[in-house]
Amino acid sequence: MSKINFLKPDRANLNTFLYLGSFLFLISFLDVFFNSFFNLNLTGFLPNFMSFVLPLILGFIGLYFIRIEYSGIKRLDLLNKHINTNNFNAVLSLLIIFIIIKSIPPILSWFVVDASFAGDSKDVCTGTGACWTYIKVWMRRFMYGMYPNAEQWRINLSFIALVLLGSVGYFATDKFKKYLTLYYVVIYPFIAFLFIFFFISGGPVFFDFSYGIIAAILSIIIGFFIPGRFKFYYFLIVPLALYIILKYFLFFEEYIELGKLDGLNWVETGAWGGLSLTFIISFFCLIFCFPIGMAFALGRRSGFPLIRYISVGFIEFWRGVPLITVLFMSAVMFPMFLPEDFFIDKLVRAIIAISLFEAAYVAEVIRGGLQALPRGQYEAAKSLGMGYWKMHIFVILPQALKLVIPGIANTFLALVKDTPLIFVVGLLEIVGMLNLAKTNPEWLGFAMEGYVFAAIIFWIICYAMSKYSYNLEQKYKTDR
Amino acid sequence: MNLKLKDIVPQLITVIAVVLIFGFFTYNAQINMENRGIDFGYGFLSQESSFDVQFSLIEYDGSHSYFRAYLVGLLNTILVSVIGIIIATILGVIVGVARLSPNYLINKFAAFYVEFFRNIPLLLQIFFWYFAALRALPLPQDAEAIFGVFFLTIKGLYVPAFIWQNFSIFFYSLVAAVIAIIVIRIHAKKVQENQGKQIPVFFISLGLIFILPLLSFLIGGVKLSFEVPVLKQLATTSFIYEGGVSLPPELIALTLSLSLYTATFIAECVRAGIQGVGKGQKEAAASIGLTPNQVLKLVIMPQALRIIIPPTTNQYLNLTKNSSLAAAIAYPDLVLVFAGTALMQTGKAIEIVSITMFTYLTLSISISILMNWYNKKIAIQEK
Repeated sequence: MSKINFLKPDRANLNTFLYLGSFLFLISFLDVFFNSFFNLNLTGFLPNFMSFVLPLILGFIGLYFIRIEYSGIKRLDLLNKHINTNNFNAVLSLLIIFIIIKSIPPILSWFVVDASFAGDSKDVCTGTGACWTYIKVWMRRFMYGMYPNAEQWRINLSFIALVLLGSVGYFATDKFKKYLTLYYVVIYPFIAFLFIFFFISGGPVFFDFSYGIIAAILSIIIGFFIPGRFKFYYFLIVPLALYIILKYFLFFEEYIELGKLDGLNWVETGAWGGLSLTFIISFFCLIFCFPIGMAFALGRRSGFPLIRYISVGFIEFWRGVPLITVLFMSAVMFPMFLPEDFFIDKLVRAIIAISLFEAAYVAEVIRGGLQALPRGQYEAAKSLGMGYWKMHIFVILPQALKLVIPGIANTFLALVKDTPLIFVVGLLEIVGMLNLAKTNPEWLGFAMEGYVFAAIIFWIICYAMSKYSYNLEQKYKTDR
Repeated sequence: MNLKLKDIVPQLITVIAVVLIFGFFTYNAQINMENRGIDFGYGFLSQESSFDVQFSLIEYDGSHSYFRAYLVGLLNTILVSVIGIIIATILGVIVGVARLSPNYLINKFAAFYVEFFRNIPLLLQIFFWYFAALRALPLPQDAEAIFGVFFLTIKGLYVPAFIWQNFSIFFYSLVAAVIAIIVIRIHAKKVQENQGKQIPVFFISLGLIFILPLLSFLIGGVKLSFEVPVLKQLATTSFIYEGGVSLPPELIALTLSLSLYTATFIAECVRAGIQGVGKGQKEAAASIGLTPNQVLKLVIMPQALRIIIPPTTNQYLNLTKNSSLAAAIAYPDLVLVFAGTALMQTGKAIEIVSITMFTYLTLSISISILMNWYNKKIAIQEK
């Protein structure tokens, strides 16, 4: 039998070291385990400090003993390679294992074991755990804000319809695939508008909106007769002008009754709230900020110096200020800039403010994609005789957008995470509702539950979005 | 001629549109202000503010001017940003390096941290720390001392105050040490480039930065003493700590959430930077006989920093801008003091919001100009 040198584990005495090391490690593990799950202190006879550090020391020695290179045992080698490469790593691994074991029981007991789920008043929450009853009672408020209970089916119906309409792309046959872009870029947002303003708001807002529809239809019809090179500027100016003319100069309100449905009560936007408002705001800002951002990204790379300067100014301005001051501006400063009798709803103002703000970030992301494209792509497109718009729509943008999928996804994530800031203009989405519920005298002292609940919801949404963007990135990845 | 027209028309239309929009806004603003009897002007800045601020770095009360209130807010914003940036950088670098660790547990732990804190809105985190976590702290009379001198209570963190004598001498000795280190670094670089000799710069710098201030204590007559906070009873149930420095819970909640949130982004920047250095670089450096430390110092870090620094600066800027969320938990930063209280009192919406935005704008644009300059300087010169 060869000599055993305990300072230097080697292969010759593999079994001795293996059993000794595993035993020591097991003891340290069990000590912490019993301590944390059964509140038993196995080493209680030792001085306080010693009993605290002992498992760490034992575990460390154990891991040191089993750190044998090329032991020939597959699992041991794997273990050594992954958590036990050297002393430093061994200590860190031990610490992490112990922290996990230590933190499971309190978390579990707060979340599930000692928590109260039943009942519908504060009286049932006597335990030390979380009071999920609070969440249960306030659920409707957290989801729908101050929206009247009897009308909440309108929100549900709209969301279900929009999700169904949004998933059309998965079921489209090849024949219709080529229209999908048109559908998602133009028709779907339009339908979403109709649903939100007509169904969720229900009432006079739709009146105003019908001018918009007429202006859009009229301008599209006239648009067919406009020569191609002016089409862009035509669509930039004429629809808005038509809308203003219709609204302020031709008062034929009494002729447009198509927007009025007597069955639905009007719910003012101040009453909207909760998670549904988070979705509404994110959705609209997402729709608006993308085209605006794209326009400014192109503007920043445009050959016309004046357009370039204006775009740079716009982008740098919005990127330089915090969103909260932008919302302040939309709340207190923006009304000063409008004619006195001209009133814009505060939800709309918030959406405009957030869209402009995020558009600047989208613009920078897209610019990154445009810059990353090799110059050959531009030159090839030009040599085929394509003009500026044709080149960008068919050659440059599809490739550039593919490149910047992660960046755009990050911006959209930031957008979703920024929605709680609308508390500045007095709108309460889910975090705002939590703060309101927290101050309710009947339900004092449950701030923690509320925030944990909202954090879980936001985490699921954001994590799902980031994973989805990762999938998209993999799907559209093209090697160069 | 035709070509020129094609160039001019789009620009002209855009400019006219922009001018029209701005003109429309200004015109309306004038009319609105006339109707409401508000006059435009920045004269109010020198008027007496007559409101109080809970926490300020410079002396301030209601008898000072609005401009002073603005300064108080600005300094508080800078304070929170600087503390947040320091903590976020340290944490971010550690987590970023941990994400590249071969140790499975450390790696997953770091990944968990990043995924967890990154996907929860910052405002929610601030609320969580302020309204839920810090409210669970003990009252002043029940607080236990940490290391005998720190007191963490529901009313904030109390730390000992430094009381200096001849502080200026200490400060000058510190400045002298820094200058000496810079000179030695430049000299060492020259020596290395000319003769290939390496001077242990790190240890010399370490020595200098400790020895010179120490000398100022021994010779220069600098004295440092601590004033430990002491519990004092105001009424039967009301206690307070006197002496020392008190950090309000708003500041703690804000720095904690800002740095935990931003650290996740910095960690990703660091990871991307280190991963961005080609494997071949490391192997090439090792094959010419550099030690692992030298590889890290001379080959990996200079290249990794080139990738890491620009996005990290962006994150610093984001942190500074995000510090404006302080308004939500009533930490008296620029937005709360100036765009909140001062605006309510004076009603000068346009002036105050524009000053606030301009302050942030100056901050970010100056940093991005600095960044562009730096980027140009360190960019690889390709032939």
